[in-house]
Amino acid sequence: AGIFQEFMVQEESVMFRINLSVLLDCLTIFGTSSSPGTQTALRMCYRGYGYPLTLFLEEGGVVTVCKINTQEPEEILDFDFCSTNVVNKIILLSEGLREAFSELDMTSEVLQITMSPNKPYFRLSTFGNAGSAYLDYPKDSDLIEAFHCNQTQTNRYKIALLKPSIKALALSCKVSIRTDNRGFLSLQYMIRNEDGQICFVEYYCCPDEDITEQEI
Amino acid sequence: MRFRGKLVDVACLNHFTRVVNTITKLAKTCTLRFTVDKIYFILNDKVANGGVSMWCELNQENFFDEFQMEGVAAEDNEIYLELTSENFSRALKTAQNAKAVKVKLTNKQCPCLTVAVELPSLSSSSRIVTHDIPVGIIPRKLWNDFREPSVPDFDVSIYLPVMKTMKSVVDRMKNLSNSIVIEANQKGEMNLKIETDLVSVATHFKDLGNPPWVPEHASQNSTEKRHPETMAEARIDIKRLLQLLAGQQVNPAKALCNILNKRIVHFILLHEDFSLQYFIPALT
Repeated sequence: AGIFQEFMVQEESVMFRINLSVLLDCLTIFGTSSSPGTQTALRMCYRGYGYPLTLFLEEGGVVTVCKINTQEPEEILDFDFCSTNVVNKIILLSEGLREAFSELDMTSEVLQITMSPNKPYFRLSTFGNAGSAYLDYPKDSDLIEAFHCNQTQTNRYKIALLKPSIKALALSCKVSIRTDNRGFLSLQYMIRNEDGQICFVEYYCCPDEDITEQEI
Repeated sequence: MRFRGKLVDVACLNHFTRVVNTITKLAKTCTLRFTVDKIYFILNDKVANGGVSMWCELNQENFFDEFQMEGVAAEDNEIYLELTSENFSRALKTAQNAKAVKVKLTNKQCPCLTVAVELPSLSSSSRIVTHDIPVGIIPRKLWNDFREPSVPDFDVSIYLPVMKTMKSVVDRMKNLSNSIVIEANQKGEMNLKIETDLVSVATHFKDLGNPPWVPEHASQNSTEKRHPETMAEARIDIKRLLQLLAGQQVNPAKALCNILNKRIVHFILLHEDFSLQYFIPALT
């Protein structure tokens, strides 16, 4: 709520579903790159169940009113990812992961992440058409800001599922990578906006399959 | 029937290129009409192009250094040609830093508009790029199809907002809907609206100003009877509108729009030496 100058919610929480691409088109109605000197102001209102989400946008005296129809919210998949169950946690500068993700072998179906208190500490592996590849981060790398690994964990995650989070990665400055006792992965991206405020985007992914000790 | 023209000045050449490029964006094929002092680009309202029509005229002397023409006959001293507009703009693409461009009507295997571009060269021999654009000669009996569209008595006439703002708004709306409602009144207000199952968006422009039209048929005119705040509106194909907003490269000194309620929207882009009219019929 810090990124809004004013923020007021009368009920405890409101939840509804809207079409995201429609919302994006409405927010960028005056163009994506605002020319210097002009700023678009936004007011967003919702009257309650059954009402549309109303956006008022203003730029240079021109006003746009958008009414986006709201839909029944869908049950949110609860990953039940609880910080007390976290086994391993690494915080690293996003640039370190950005580079790795841009070089990932996308022909591989999965990304295997190894986190361990011992060598190789933090390893990303792929198994593509042209062969396997892995990338290790030393524990004392400048990119790694915090390293709390208690137990060696190796899990595979579908690359197709991780791909959407690359957008958040591109904007972020730091990322916290955590896994819990079930091997669930949590990626927390810290994003600093233009005004220097900090937002978080969280991304959860379940492991692909159990892998036997021999495969590792 | 003869035509020959020569463009020398770089600014004129660039301006002419921009006009032709704009035409290309608006009409795949167009009719080119030469008279003694004017050049016209015409698209008439065939059902095939969604009933859209265009009328663009420029004073030849503001562009051409030399301009000689001899029409079909002394009493009809005009030439009407049909051509694929893209061919013309492609021919002018090579002319960006030309020393001179000659445009003439020739008869090779078929009638052609020949564009000869003289490029700067370091040696004494000159470099000339020639494009032959096949054209169809339109016989005199069909000329009546290409008369200047009559401008009906519009309900509202209004200056357009900054083209760039309007373009980005219409561009976003295009992602959301196929048709757009454009409405305006005589108090300088204009709204662009779309409505679908998912969303309704309305952009309001104000203080645009209304041009002081002198109605041609003042007696039966509806403008006077209209309340200045009453909106005239038309629902039009959003792609046609975007074509005009995104395609125009001429940055007109004045741009205005006339609306005949629920019938037609008429856009006029004005420059000192050039005017473009574009008609988009309302969807039913």
